[in-house]
Amino acid sequence: MNSFLTWIYSNQQIIYIVILMIFVGIEVIGRVPSVLHTPLMSGANAIHGVVIIGAIIVMGKAEHDNYLALTLGFLAVILGTLNVVGGFVVTDRMLEMFKKKKKV
Amino acid sequence: MGLNILTLCYIIGSVTFIIGLKMLSNPAAARNGNLVAAAGMTIAILGTIFLYEEGGQRLGNYGWIFGGIAIGAVVGTLAAKKVKMTAMPEMVSMFNGMGGACAALISIVEFNHLAHDVIPGSNEIYLPDGAKGMLLIIILGLVIGSVSFAGSMIAWGKLNGSIKDYSFKGQHIVNIILLAIILGLAVCLIGWLPGNSKLIFYSIFALSLFYGVFFVFPIGGADMPVVISILNSFTGVAAACGGFLYDNKVMLTGGILVGAAGTLLTILMCRAMNRSLLNVLIGSFGGSASGGGGTKEQGQYKEISLSDAAVVMSYANKVMIVPGYGLAVAQAQHACHDLEKLLEEKGVTVKYAIHPVAGRMPGHMNVLLAEADVSYEKLLEMEQANEEFPTTDVVLVLGANDVVNPAAKNDPASPIYGMPILDVELAKLCIINKRSMKPGYAGIENDLFFRPKTSMLFGDAKKVLQNLIGEIKNL
Repeated sequence: MNSFLTWIYSNQQIIYIVILMIFVGIEVIGRVPSVLHTPLMSGANAIHGVVIIGAIIVMGKAEHDNYLALTLGFLAVILGTLNVVGGFVVTDRMLEMFKKKKKV
Repeated sequence: MGLNILTLCYIIGSVTFIIGLKMLSNPAAARNGNLVAAAGMTIAILGTIFLYEEGGQRLGNYGWIFGGIAIGAVVGTLAAKKVKMTAMPEMVSMFNGMGGACAALISIVEFNHLAHDVIPGSNEIYLPDGAKGMLLIIILGLVIGSVSFAGSMIAWGKLNGSIKDYSFKGQHIVNIILLAIILGLAVCLIGWLPGNSKLIFYSIFALSLFYGVFFVFPIGGADMPVVISILNSFTGVAAACGGFLYDNKVMLTGGILVGAAGTLLTILMCRAMNRSLLNVLIGSFGGSASGGGGTKEQGQYKEISLSDAAVVMSYANKVMIVPGYGLAVAQAQHACHDLEKLLEEKGVTVKYAIHPVAGRMPGHMNVLLAEADVSYEKLLEMEQANEEFPTTDVVLVLGANDVVNPAAKNDPASPIYGMPILDVELAKLCIINKRSMKPGYAGIENDLFFRPKTSMLFGDAKKVLQNLIGEIKNL
């Protein structure tokens, strides 16, 4: 119990961020029209690609003889980039169509 | 200095994510919102590469990092640019899986960092004091990331048709047991740290992958969008675990933001179909559907010939087209637009009735028809369309089924009971284009096909539309 409380104490900043972000996330998309559900999901999909930053850190910290970290890190960087770049491009393509429609 | 600028980069990144998401939920600003978030992401990534330091040490291995980013960027852009509009949902699922896999890989590397081998080569492991919190986060990232990866891959396979729905008796129990074993192993690993902890760690990894597969397998294809949305928010949480691990605020905010927004989005999607999330996850669609009126005898349906259909449509005052997944599969959006133009030339008013969940994803039909340059004003939302059906002469249903199924209104035993539908019956005549009499994706019989005002027009949507256009031109 004591160690749990210390853990909370030493990570309080992060815990605050988590709680606030949960509310921000819910608030921000509260009134989205159903037409935008798909692009919004796709956009959110691209945003969670931030995980790539973790992959870059893993990669950058890996020692030169640590082949496991090098290989997995490299793979993680590729996958993370796929998520970010692919995610944003797909979302843009979806939304492009919405825009074209308005001009007509 | 470097670290201060990096902090600024991360703050900018976090703010753009929030603003971007906000703009994405507004039709007029959506496209810019996506760009804003992308710009923030670029700043955060570049900042990390060049400014990140730990204990005064900058990152190394630039060759590997840029190599990986280059490969990912090229492949990702090509895949995203080349994919057909109809395959968009699969693509989103695929990219989501990549993110999940990335999070799981980070966890594996960090576990090996954390656990120093006492004797190299043996399975003995030593964890520094106070590492339990870290271990918890690592395992959390591993489990969620792997479930998301495996689940997304199955969802991807199901959407492009290479994997069929599959469920066996007691599947839910197997799932629960699997989850319990994963939890048990995790508790055991963190609590006691037994000698063979590497083995346990990798068992958790393997079991999580299995869980992801079994989690998505029994869920009916019609519910796929909901599943992808859930997996999307899972990956968000997995990314946030990475943020916890590195005390990295932009990963944390981005991940949690998506986790929360994704969860809400999932609930909104369920609400659009008037079903509860639990119902989607547990009541695997096909299985329970047979209970709802499935035993009812099939009545008589009548077919309409192409030339008859051409005649009634070109002499109608108002034609309403109801598109569904069949239209998407057949890539018939352009043929559909051609038919619309031809009929308009003949003085027929043509409009489209769009059900919020027609197709495989909300907004699927809007995107598809927009691709074929169908004008925005012609697309009616469900409420408007239902008001106009009584004054409509001909309704042409193209590959839609569940969204026009009257069972949703009058059969309480039906799994889709309560879902708002398009009241196509109110129109004077209803022509339904389907490939065969087989029930739709949800596996439910549709009474509409046997109603007196309904006529069937069998065939692939694109071929039928092209032939129909030919017939009308010949009139």
